[in-house]
Amino acid sequence: MKEIGLGIEVKGLSKSFGNVQALRDVSLTFEANKIYGLLGRNGAGKSTLLNIATNRIFADSGEVLVDGERVFENDRALGKIFMMSENNFYPDSMKARDGIRWAAEFYSGFDMAKAKALSELFGLDTRKKIKDLSTGYKSIFKIVVALSTMAPYLLLDEPVLGLDANHRDLFYKELLISYEEHPRCVVVSTHLIEEVSGLIEEIVIIKEGEILRNESCESLLAGGYTVSGKAEAVERFIAGKHCIGMDSLGGLKSAYILDGAQPQNVPEELEITKLDLQKLFIQLTNA
Amino acid sequence: MLVDFNSERPLFLQIAEGIEAAILSGAIEEEAQIPSTTEISVTLKINPATALKGINLLVDQGIVYKKRGLGMFVAKGAVEALQKKRTSSFYDEYVIRLVEEAKKLHLPKEQIIEMIEKGFER
Repeated sequence: MKEIGLGIEVKGLSKSFGNVQALRDVSLTFEANKIYGLLGRNGAGKSTLLNIATNRIFADSGEVLVDGERVFENDRALGKIFMMSENNFYPDSMKARDGIRWAAEFYSGFDMAKAKALSELFGLDTRKKIKDLSTGYKSIFKIVVALSTMAPYLLLDEPVLGLDANHRDLFYKELLISYEEHPRCVVVSTHLIEEVSGLIEEIVIIKEGEILRNESCESLLAGGYTVSGKAEAVERFIAGKHCIGMDSLGGLKSAYILDGAQPQNVPEELEITKLDLQKLFIQLTNA
Repeated sequence: MLVDFNSERPLFLQIAEGIEAAILSGAIEEEAQIPSTTEISVTLKINPATALKGINLLVDQGIVYKKRGLGMFVAKGAVEALQKKRTSSFYDEYVIRLVEEAKKLHLPKEQIIEMIEKGFER
């Protein structure tokens, strides 16, 4: 058995860009051997958080530890994290296959056979220059590299950007296969919430630089529901409950309730349905 | 076996029920191996912890058991045990709901019984 690490510990992180506060005193832990969903609207601070965790930008205050060691200018700690981000760090004219070889030099334990197999599976033409790949294939190139590293911490920022439905499906499956072969901590930041809702075990929702929710996906979903029916009846039922949003249609109303429990004593005239992750996210992060 | 991501039933329960249905229908026979957590997880694109939780529900009930190093297998007598379990939940899951719906529609008891008889004659 491989030793289980302490995870990525984020402690009191704050960061401003000019007068925009990107992160406000953020603390959380990404534990080893779990798949996390890092969800937030554009500009919420997801990428800032991941970039600080990988020492690409520096925090104003606070620190990030990997397995108990500070990542700040610490190659040993940083070597444990692989981050796939929107930015491209490869030279413009580099061919995809050279990019893969390059990654293999940098990351010990890089699985070249896996990289070849994944390239074929996704139909990536590795003879092409990276800059000449379409948006989708740029993502695929990065996916191939990410899933072939054995880094115990895998941070995937928008991994499915530009991928068609078939390739997204393939990516989710290959991610799970890789996770089963090499259990590790995976953090997926994405806007395609419903697609990952079954995949992730833990969920972190970030809004305006602050952590809104940080709990298991299952418990979060188990604590919510939608109640629909005649407006007055819905209003009566939700009195005193934690309502995160409502939709009205004529005299009918749907209320989204998130108070950590499933409903009791529901009047016959009301209907209870699931509150899915995407709806929950939209209601929680609306301005 | 499929899971419905829109269902209000938690995914791990759907996994357990899906395997139960496969055992009841004979798709997976007694003493046969059930799909592994990895197979379930990758095929349905769900977290392996969720798949494991579903399978463990069946282990707790003695429906499946673990053969060390080989995988999970359907227990002898699982079909009968499942039939018993389903019979006892039949009243709660079907009869109660049937009666509730009938009341909403103001259907008299006699008419429901007639419908049930008709259903059996199909």
